[in-house]
Amino acid sequence: MTPSADLAVVGAGPAGLAAAVTAADRGLRVVLLDAGERPGGQIHRHAAGQAHPPSLHGRRHFAPRARRLAAHRRAGRVTHLPAHHVWTVVPHDGADGAWALHAVAGPDEAPATVHARTVLLATGAYERHLPFPGWTLPGVVGAGGAQALLKSGLVLPGRRVVVAGSGPLLLAVAGSLAAAGARVPAVVEAADYTAYASGLPTLLRNPGKLAEAALHGGTLLRHAARLLTRHAVTAAHGTTRVEAVTVTRLDRDWRPVPGTSRRVPCDALAVGHGLVPQLELATGLGCATRRTPDDTPALVVDADQATTVPGVWAAGETGGVGGADLALTEGEIAADAIAHALRGTPRDPRRTAALTRRRARLRAFADTMAAAHRPGPGWTGWLDDTTEVCRCEEVTAGRVREAVADLGAHDARTVKLLTRAGMGWCQGRMCGQAVARLAGEPPAPDRRPLSCPVPLGHLAAPPTTDPTDRGARA
Amino acid sequence: MIVGAGVVGAACAYYAARAGLSVAVVDRGPVAGGTTGAGEGNLLVSDKEAGAELDLALLSTRLWRELAEALPPRDAIEYEPKGGLVVASDGTALTALRALAAGQRAAGVTAHEVAPGELARLEPGLAPGLAGGVHYPQDAQVQPARAAAALLRAARRMGAAVRLGEEVTAVLTGPDGTVRGVRTPRGDLRAPAVVNAAGTWGGHVAALAGTRLPVMPRRGFVLVTEPLPPGFVRHKVYAADYVADVASGSADLQSSAVVEGTPAGPVLIGATRERVGFDRTLSTEALHRLAARAVALFPALERVHAIRAYCGFRPYLPDHLPAIGPDPRVPGLHHACGHEGAGIGLAPATAVLVTAALTGAEPPVPAAPFRPDRFTP
Amino acid sequence: MTPHRFTFDGTPLTAVPGQTLAAALWAAGITSWRTTRHRRAPRGAFCFIGTCHDCLATVNGRPNQRACLLPVRPGDTVTTQEGTGHDPVR
Repeated sequence: MTPSADLAVVGAGPAGLAAAVTAADRGLRVVLLDAGERPGGQIHRHAAGQAHPPSLHGRRHFAPRARRLAAHRRAGRVTHLPAHHVWTVVPHDGADGAWALHAVAGPDEAPATVHARTVLLATGAYERHLPFPGWTLPGVVGAGGAQALLKSGLVLPGRRVVVAGSGPLLLAVAGSLAAAGARVPAVVEAADYTAYASGLPTLLRNPGKLAEAALHGGTLLRHAARLLTRHAVTAAHGTTRVEAVTVTRLDRDWRPVPGTSRRVPCDALAVGHGLVPQLELATGLGCATRRTPDDTPALVVDADQATTVPGVWAAGETGGVGGADLALTEGEIAADAIAHALRGTPRDPRRTAALTRRRARLRAFADTMAAAHRPGPGWTGWLDDTTEVCRCEEVTAGRVREAVADLGAHDARTVKLLTRAGMGWCQGRMCGQAVARLAGEPPAPDRRPLSCPVPLGHLAAPPTTDPTDRGARA
Repeated sequence: MIVGAGVVGAACAYYAARAGLSVAVVDRGPVAGGTTGAGEGNLLVSDKEAGAELDLALLSTRLWRELAEALPPRDAIEYEPKGGLVVASDGTALTALRALAAGQRAAGVTAHEVAPGELARLEPGLAPGLAGGVHYPQDAQVQPARAAAALLRAARRMGAAVRLGEEVTAVLTGPDGTVRGVRTPRGDLRAPAVVNAAGTWGGHVAALAGTRLPVMPRRGFVLVTEPLPPGFVRHKVYAADYVADVASGSADLQSSAVVEGTPAGPVLIGATRERVGFDRTLSTEALHRLAARAVALFPALERVHAIRAYCGFRPYLPDHLPAIGPDPRVPGLHHACGHEGAGIGLAPATAVLVTAALTGAEPPVPAAPFRPDRFTP
Repeated sequence: MTPHRFTFDGTPLTAVPGQTLAAALWAAGITSWRTTRHRRAPRGAFCFIGTCHDCLATVNGRPNQRACLLPVRPGDTVTTQEGTGHDPVR
């Protein structure tokens, strides 16, 4: 059998892309599996029909790596498998690698298996959502979702879009919506921006990030959007589509202040509370986790980006949400380390030192942001008992509260068993944070042995061939 | 003092409280935190050969029917008297199945043979070409975590104290070796009788009391599909070789699959059996075998997505029978554990036996086969 | 670039090549294409990154496809998905 890849990279966002091209630069045979159709991940989105993402960051950081990826693919050093949803990574006892990665591929959901000597998990993050009455109405979209719809779909979520939630992404989203011609009557931020004051030294060491924020702020000012800090959208109204939202002032703990609500008409709401790392492939392998300053589980990695499971590395948001620059840096560190581990490829000490310093600075910045935007415990005050918490299984806050108060559930898992909250299609990715909070515990690390839906026919079929072997023969 | 808030502990609390005893339940985790939460809720008579366990299962079948009425609200435990359908793929399997059913009938089980042409009437989605089957109307299903929670809530309303998130660190004994209660990090809880309903961890609790019960974990994987319309799978359906797998003592992977629908929509496919300790690592081989068996029974499942898989650890005793009743080696210690994959089904009957032992009442079925000290070397 | 033609519940629509089904429907002013199993509530896309599964659609007879990930292909037949997306069993 053809020996398979030295390295399988899961995810072609900034971390995975940087790692794949750097590892190939160092002579490793790489397989890059990604759920997306094109490399770039959630941040570097291509407009439909366009060759490159349009953003400044994209031109500066994505385009050169995409060119290197193309060159490595032509040279046969990187096999890029787009539209491959990896559903599990398991140890593999074979000459062709220590790991087997099983995936569902393409619109026809074909089975695919890749073998590799090492694995880098760059599975990124998804958006954190906190439910509120009316959040299931069409026209209510994730803030990151609004960005995705606009950047790659070339479509505005609405003509008059309220942007709400918490986190630095909100300003970016509001800025791009406004620049694309939407009216943004308000940006509603639950945290208080003065919370950044405590992290001022960190902010000052990250002037690039400040410039980014000023840019978003400037765009917004030109479009006359109002930034309301320490406020939240506490309800969305409408029958078949959102028509208005209720905006309410919050106290320090994010508890809605009675008598401060006002109604803001809109035809779309873009809402999100920052990002949470996507960890199930890693936890399935037994990788240890830690908690970031906003109580979110993230992977434990060492100075080389190695997880606690030998042979498995991680880079980017999986180690704690920190943005594209940090992801690129970690991807490069990981690739250098893997090349060194597999081939003894020497590492340039100056490069390593520079990357390490950069990582430390960006990680400190990420921690400051996480602490400032950490959801306050009072947000559950805007749920009424009829609010759906679990969108898939349509489980209300009232039923979750009954399970906790009356049925002996003290954690999210037991709430799930008793109410089905988190048992549906999304497997708790949307409601997990909220259910954990209602159960009175911080969210536990993701446990999902199947990281995406898998046709039973795949599982029933005998083990599949490795597409990289097929590639080698072609 | 009941150690364990799984379905067996909850049932013991319910029946003991109903008998007028003063009851407390203590568990290091939440309700249904162990094997109960990983179970499918099988209330089966069909998979048991005539004998002591089948007698217990028949008693339990009646008790679950009563509980479905007694535990409010009406659908609290999602009780479904849906019946089981065991199918045979060929003549050899059918002959063995007929023999099994004949023995079961003699023990009081209702079992109707179904001709090959009649299978589609009971289960429209079944694969063609099966040799025949046996329909067991007494087989039923509950949602196990909800069942445990409902039993525990009812027990609490009858005065039982429920202490969750509190781990038993010692079993207290007097100078003569008699049980006096348990110790947890929050203090000593005194009681003249301690019931070990710790499931897969029952051996550990027995050891705390200074005795031995060889409970071992037997891992099972369950596959859960996307929600499907009602009627996609109507009974608990499985192939006849399942019974042999249940009875097997081998540590290797056994993988006959029970396929069943749920009121919530997903179809459950489970479960494998293998002895690998408490290893939670995903076994793609286990999932492969489950899926292959399920698709062989219901070809339309091939295009259906599995959205979840999970594993649990059955409390396994070497002779596949639970340990129920007083432990003669430690006065005051009672066991109610080691039910392997049948704990949901056998919980009420187990609780009735334990309660009878605690109150000195006559047990409704003989308890001798379940003696906890039967493994003493 | 020539737009891709597809239909939604019989209505002819177009998509920019490379555009996802969710974006193409949204561009046509369609924000819901599914009803939930229990409350029969309308749902469209929410997260747009393949996570929430709210945007499930039936495409060319195959139910439960994530419209926010799936690029429109010429000639696709898309239908509103009711409940589980599977036909009821007789």
